[in-house]
Amino acid sequence: MAAQMQSSKPTGPGAAAVVAAGIGVFMIGLMTSLAETSAGLRSALTWYNPSGPLSGKIGVAVVVWLLAWVILHAAWKSKNVEFGRAFSWALTLVILGFLLTFPPVFLLFAR
Amino acid sequence: MSLTSRELWTVLHGLVFGSLFLLAFAGGLAGLYSLRPEWVTAAGIRERMTRLLAGTWVMALVAWLTVLSGTFFVYPWYRANSPDSPRSVLLANPGTKLWHNFGMEWKEHVGWFAPVLATAVAFTVAYYGPQLARESKMRRALVWLFVFAFAAAGIAGLFGAFLNKVAPIR
Repeated sequence: MAAQMQSSKPTGPGAAAVVAAGIGVFMIGLMTSLAETSAGLRSALTWYNPSGPLSGKIGVAVVVWLLAWVILHAAWKSKNVEFGRAFSWALTLVILGFLLTFPPVFLLFAR
Repeated sequence: MSLTSRELWTVLHGLVFGSLFLLAFAGGLAGLYSLRPEWVTAAGIRERMTRLLAGTWVMALVAWLTVLSGTFFVYPWYRANSPDSPRSVLLANPGTKLWHNFGMEWKEHVGWFAPVLATAVAFTVAYYGPQLARESKMRRALVWLFVFAFAAAGIAGLFGAFLNKVAPIR
Protein backbone atom coordinates (compact mmCIF):
# COMPACT_ATOMS: atom_id res chain seq x y z
CA MET A 1 0.00 0.00 0.00
CA ALA A 2 2.83 2.38 0.88
CA ALA A 3 4.47 1.71 -2.49
CA GLN A 4 1.15 2.18 -4.24
CA MET A 5 0.65 5.48 -2.41
CA GLN A 6 4.02 6.81 -3.52
CA SER A 7 4.10 5.77 -7.21
CA SER A 8 2.81 8.62 -9.37
CA LYS A 9 1.03 8.36 -12.66
CA PRO A 10 1.32 11.46 -14.89
CA THR A 11 -1.58 13.90 -14.70
CA GLY A 12 -2.11 13.90 -18.50
CA PRO A 13 -4.74 11.12 -18.70
CA GLY A 14 -6.80 12.77 -15.92
CA ALA A 15 -6.54 16.15 -17.63
CA ALA A 16 -7.55 14.52 -20.93
CA ALA A 17 -10.69 13.02 -19.33
CA VAL A 18 -11.66 16.33 -17.72
CA VAL A 19 -11.05 18.52 -20.80
CA ALA A 20 -12.78 15.98 -23.08
CA ALA A 21 -15.82 16.02 -20.77
CA GLY A 22 -15.85 19.83 -21.08
CA ILE A 23 -15.72 19.47 -24.88
CA GLY A 24 -18.59 16.95 -24.75
CA VAL A 25 -20.78 19.25 -22.67
CA PHE A 26 -19.94 22.23 -24.88
CA MET A 27 -20.80 20.19 -28.00
CA ILE A 28 -24.24 19.33 -26.58
CA GLY A 29 -24.82 23.06 -26.11
CA LEU A 30 -23.41 23.96 -29.51
CA MET A 31 -25.52 21.36 -31.34
CA THR A 32 -28.63 22.51 -29.42
CA SER A 33 -28.08 26.11 -30.58
CA LEU A 34 -26.96 25.21 -34.11
CA ALA A 35 -30.05 23.06 -34.66
CA GLU A 36 -32.16 26.18 -34.13
CA THR A 37 -30.50 27.95 -37.06
CA SER A 38 -32.01 25.85 -39.86
CA ALA A 39 -34.80 23.39 -40.50
CA GLY A 40 -32.46 21.54 -42.90
CA LEU A 41 -29.95 20.91 -40.11
CA ARG A 42 -32.71 19.76 -37.75
CA SER A 43 -33.83 17.33 -40.40
CA ALA A 44 -30.24 16.09 -40.96
CA LEU A 45 -29.90 15.57 -37.22
CA THR A 46 -33.00 13.39 -37.06
CA TRP A 47 -31.10 10.10 -36.88
CA TYR A 48 -33.92 8.29 -35.10
CA ASN A 49 -37.32 9.57 -36.14
CA PRO A 50 -39.29 8.98 -32.88
CA SER A 51 -36.76 11.08 -30.92
CA GLY A 52 -36.40 13.75 -33.62
CA PRO A 53 -33.32 15.98 -33.92
CA LEU A 54 -32.35 15.28 -30.29
CA SER A 55 -30.95 11.92 -31.46
CA GLY A 56 -28.49 13.58 -33.88
CA LYS A 57 -27.56 16.49 -31.61
CA ILE A 58 -26.59 14.04 -28.88
CA GLY A 59 -25.06 11.59 -31.36
CA VAL A 60 -22.71 14.22 -32.80
CA ALA A 61 -21.79 15.48 -29.31
CA VAL A 62 -21.04 11.99 -27.97
CA VAL A 63 -18.88 11.10 -31.00
CA VAL A 64 -16.90 14.38 -30.70
CA TRP A 65 -16.50 13.84 -26.93
CA LEU A 66 -15.13 10.31 -27.37
CA LEU A 67 -12.84 11.36 -30.24
CA ALA A 68 -11.52 14.32 -28.23
CA TRP A 69 -10.90 12.00 -25.27
CA VAL A 70 -8.99 9.44 -27.36
CA ILE A 71 -6.87 12.15 -29.04
CA LEU A 72 -6.10 14.04 -25.81
CA HIS A 73 -5.36 10.81 -23.94
CA ALA A 74 -2.91 9.71 -26.65
CA ALA A 75 -1.24 13.13 -26.66
CA TRP A 76 -0.97 13.51 -22.87
CA LYS A 77 -0.72 9.93 -21.59
CA SER A 78 2.87 10.22 -20.39
CA LYS A 79 2.91 13.97 -19.68
CA ASN A 80 2.39 15.93 -16.52
CA VAL A 81 -0.17 18.49 -17.62
CA GLU A 82 -0.84 21.51 -15.36
CA PHE A 83 -4.15 20.31 -13.93
CA GLY A 84 -5.42 23.69 -12.78
CA ARG A 85 -5.14 25.03 -16.31
CA ALA A 86 -6.82 21.96 -17.82
CA PHE A 87 -9.66 22.33 -15.36
CA SER A 88 -10.05 26.05 -16.19
CA TRP A 89 -10.60 25.06 -19.83
CA ALA A 90 -13.05 22.35 -18.85
CA LEU A 91 -14.92 24.73 -16.53
CA THR A 92 -15.23 27.36 -19.27
CA LEU A 93 -16.55 24.75 -21.71
CA VAL A 94 -19.03 23.37 -19.16
CA ILE A 95 -20.38 26.87 -18.38
CA LEU A 96 -20.71 27.61 -22.11
CA GLY A 97 -22.49 24.28 -22.53
CA PHE A 98 -24.99 25.20 -19.78
CA LEU A 99 -25.57 28.60 -21.41
CA LEU A 100 -26.09 27.16 -24.88
CA THR A 101 -28.70 24.66 -23.67
CA PHE A 102 -30.62 27.32 -21.73
CA PRO A 103 -33.78 27.94 -23.82
CA PRO A 104 -33.76 31.79 -23.63
CA VAL A 105 -30.19 31.64 -25.04
CA PHE A 106 -30.50 28.97 -27.73
CA LEU A 107 -33.85 30.36 -28.92
CA LEU A 108 -31.95 33.54 -29.89
CA PHE A 109 -30.61 31.45 -32.79
CA ALA A 110 -34.09 30.25 -33.86
CA ARG A 111 -35.11 30.76 -37.48
CA MET B 1 -53.49 -1.04 -9.03
CA SER B 2 -51.97 -1.29 -12.48
CA LEU B 3 -49.50 0.60 -14.62
CA THR B 4 -49.21 0.79 -18.39
CA SER B 5 -45.82 -0.09 -19.86
CA ARG B 6 -45.33 3.60 -20.66
CA GLU B 7 -46.02 4.59 -17.06
CA LEU B 8 -43.65 1.88 -15.89
CA TRP B 9 -40.84 3.16 -18.16
CA THR B 10 -41.51 6.71 -16.95
CA VAL B 11 -41.22 5.58 -13.33
CA LEU B 12 -38.02 3.64 -14.11
CA HIS B 13 -36.53 6.60 -15.99
CA GLY B 14 -37.37 9.25 -13.45
CA LEU B 15 -37.84 7.65 -10.07
CA VAL B 16 -35.80 4.44 -9.94
CA PHE B 17 -32.75 5.56 -11.90
CA GLY B 18 -33.07 9.07 -10.49
CA SER B 19 -33.04 7.85 -6.88
CA LEU B 20 -30.06 5.59 -7.51
CA PHE B 21 -28.25 8.53 -9.10
CA LEU B 22 -28.87 10.70 -6.04
CA LEU B 23 -27.68 7.96 -3.72
CA ALA B 24 -24.51 7.35 -5.73
CA PHE B 25 -23.87 11.11 -5.95
CA ALA B 26 -24.05 11.55 -2.18
CA GLY B 27 -21.65 8.66 -1.57
CA GLY B 28 -19.28 9.70 -4.35
CA LEU B 29 -19.16 13.34 -3.29
CA ALA B 30 -18.48 12.51 0.35
CA GLY B 31 -15.80 10.02 -0.71
CA LEU B 32 -14.06 12.45 -3.06
CA TYR B 33 -14.20 15.37 -0.63
CA SER B 34 -12.78 13.43 2.28
CA LEU B 35 -10.03 11.63 0.33
CA ARG B 36 -7.17 13.57 1.91
CA PRO B 37 -3.97 12.14 3.38
CA GLU B 38 -4.22 14.52 6.36
CA TRP B 39 -7.66 13.17 7.26
CA VAL B 40 -7.34 9.42 6.73
CA THR B 41 -4.70 6.74 7.12
CA ALA B 42 -3.35 4.64 4.22
CA ALA B 43 -5.70 1.83 5.25
CA GLY B 44 -8.58 4.32 5.40
CA ILE B 45 -7.80 5.56 1.89
CA ARG B 46 -7.77 1.98 0.57
CA GLU B 47 -11.13 1.29 2.23
CA ARG B 48 -12.61 4.52 0.83
CA MET B 49 -11.33 3.80 -2.69
CA THR B 50 -13.55 0.73 -3.00
CA ARG B 51 -16.65 2.72 -2.06
CA LEU B 52 -15.59 5.67 -4.17
CA LEU B 53 -15.05 3.49 -7.22
CA ALA B 54 -18.42 1.80 -6.75
CA GLY B 55 -20.18 5.13 -6.16
CA THR B 56 -18.71 6.91 -9.18
CA TRP B 57 -19.23 4.01 -11.60
CA VAL B 58 -22.80 3.42 -10.35
CA MET B 59 -23.50 7.13 -10.84
CA ALA B 60 -22.09 7.06 -14.38
CA LEU B 61 -23.93 3.86 -15.31
CA VAL B 62 -27.23 5.06 -13.89
CA ALA B 63 -26.83 8.42 -15.65
CA TRP B 64 -26.39 6.61 -18.98
CA LEU B 65 -29.42 4.38 -18.31
CA THR B 66 -31.48 7.45 -17.41
CA VAL B 67 -30.67 9.49 -20.53
CA LEU B 68 -30.87 6.52 -22.90
CA SER B 69 -34.24 5.36 -21.56
CA GLY B 70 -35.44 8.97 -21.55
CA THR B 71 -34.32 9.84 -25.07
CA PHE B 72 -35.23 6.60 -26.82
CA PHE B 73 -38.27 5.33 -24.88
CA VAL B 74 -40.03 8.06 -22.91
CA TYR B 75 -39.33 11.11 -25.09
CA PRO B 76 -40.87 9.60 -28.28
CA TRP B 77 -44.13 9.06 -26.35
CA TYR B 78 -43.96 12.61 -25.02
CA ARG B 79 -43.48 14.17 -28.48
CA ALA B 80 -45.73 11.80 -30.48
CA ASN B 81 -47.53 13.49 -33.34
CA SER B 82 -51.02 13.02 -31.91
CA PRO B 83 -53.37 15.53 -30.28
CA ASP B 84 -53.30 13.71 -26.94
CA SER B 85 -49.52 13.44 -26.57
CA PRO B 86 -48.16 15.44 -23.59
CA ARG B 87 -46.33 17.83 -25.96
CA SER B 88 -49.47 18.54 -27.98
CA VAL B 89 -51.55 19.00 -24.83
CA LEU B 90 -49.04 21.48 -23.37
CA LEU B 91 -48.67 23.47 -26.59
CA ALA B 92 -52.42 23.66 -27.18
CA ASN B 93 -52.93 25.76 -24.07
CA PRO B 94 -51.23 29.18 -23.72
CA GLY B 95 -51.18 28.64 -19.96
CA THR B 96 -49.08 25.46 -20.22
CA LYS B 97 -47.01 26.20 -23.36
CA LEU B 98 -44.02 27.35 -21.32
CA TRP B 99 -43.75 23.93 -19.67
CA HIS B 100 -42.73 22.60 -23.07
CA ASN B 101 -40.93 25.63 -24.52
CA PHE B 102 -38.81 26.16 -21.42
CA GLY B 103 -39.02 23.08 -19.19
CA MET B 104 -38.89 20.25 -21.71
CA GLU B 105 -36.53 22.05 -24.09
CA TRP B 106 -34.03 22.57 -21.29
CA LYS B 107 -34.48 19.16 -19.70
CA GLU B 108 -34.01 17.10 -22.85
CA HIS B 109 -30.60 18.66 -23.55
CA VAL B 110 -29.09 19.46 -20.16
CA GLY B 111 -29.76 15.97 -18.79
CA TRP B 112 -27.14 14.60 -21.18
CA PHE B 113 -24.38 16.50 -19.35
CA ALA B 114 -24.67 14.11 -16.40
CA PRO B 115 -23.38 10.87 -18.00
CA VAL B 116 -20.55 12.65 -19.83
CA LEU B 117 -19.30 14.36 -16.66
CA ALA B 118 -19.91 11.35 -14.40
CA THR B 119 -18.00 9.05 -16.79
CA ALA B 120 -14.99 11.40 -16.73
CA VAL B 121 -15.04 11.37 -12.91
CA ALA B 122 -15.41 7.58 -12.69
CA PHE B 123 -12.57 7.01 -15.18
CA THR B 124 -10.24 9.38 -13.33
CA VAL B 125 -10.99 7.78 -9.95
CA ALA B 126 -10.36 4.31 -11.41
CA TYR B 127 -7.19 5.39 -13.22
CA TYR B 128 -5.46 7.14 -10.31
CA GLY B 129 -6.81 5.19 -7.35
CA PRO B 130 -5.16 6.13 -4.02
CA GLN B 131 -2.89 8.66 -5.80
CA LEU B 132 -5.94 10.95 -5.91
CA ALA B 133 -5.49 11.56 -2.18
CA ARG B 134 -2.24 13.41 -2.99
CA GLU B 135 -3.57 15.21 -6.09
CA SER B 136 -5.54 18.04 -4.49
CA LYS B 137 -6.11 19.99 -7.74
CA MET B 138 -7.37 16.90 -9.51
CA ARG B 139 -9.61 15.97 -6.61
CA ARG B 140 -11.10 19.47 -6.49
CA ALA B 141 -11.73 19.38 -10.25
CA LEU B 142 -13.51 16.04 -9.92
CA VAL B 143 -15.67 17.36 -7.08
CA TRP B 144 -16.74 20.26 -9.33
CA LEU B 145 -17.48 17.99 -12.31
CA PHE B 146 -19.48 15.76 -9.98
CA VAL B 147 -21.47 18.78 -8.75
CA PHE B 148 -22.13 19.94 -12.33
CA ALA B 149 -23.31 16.43 -13.24
CA PHE B 150 -25.66 16.52 -10.27
CA ALA B 151 -26.92 20.01 -11.15
CA ALA B 152 -27.65 18.94 -14.73
CA ALA B 153 -29.46 15.81 -13.54
CA GLY B 154 -31.29 17.88 -10.93
CA ILE B 155 -32.62 20.34 -13.54
CA ALA B 156 -33.69 17.47 -15.80
CA GLY B 157 -35.24 15.53 -12.93
CA LEU B 158 -37.11 18.49 -11.46
CA PHE B 159 -38.66 19.48 -14.79
CA GLY B 160 -39.39 15.84 -15.54
CA ALA B 161 -41.36 15.53 -12.31
CA PHE B 162 -43.32 18.75 -12.98
CA LEU B 163 -43.99 17.87 -16.63
CA ASN B 164 -45.26 14.45 -15.68
CA LYS B 165 -47.61 16.13 -13.23
CA VAL B 166 -48.93 18.72 -15.72
CA ALA B 167 -49.12 16.39 -18.74
CA PRO B 168 -48.48 12.77 -17.76
CA ILE B 169 -47.42 10.05 -20.18
CA ARG B 170 -50.12 7.38 -20.26
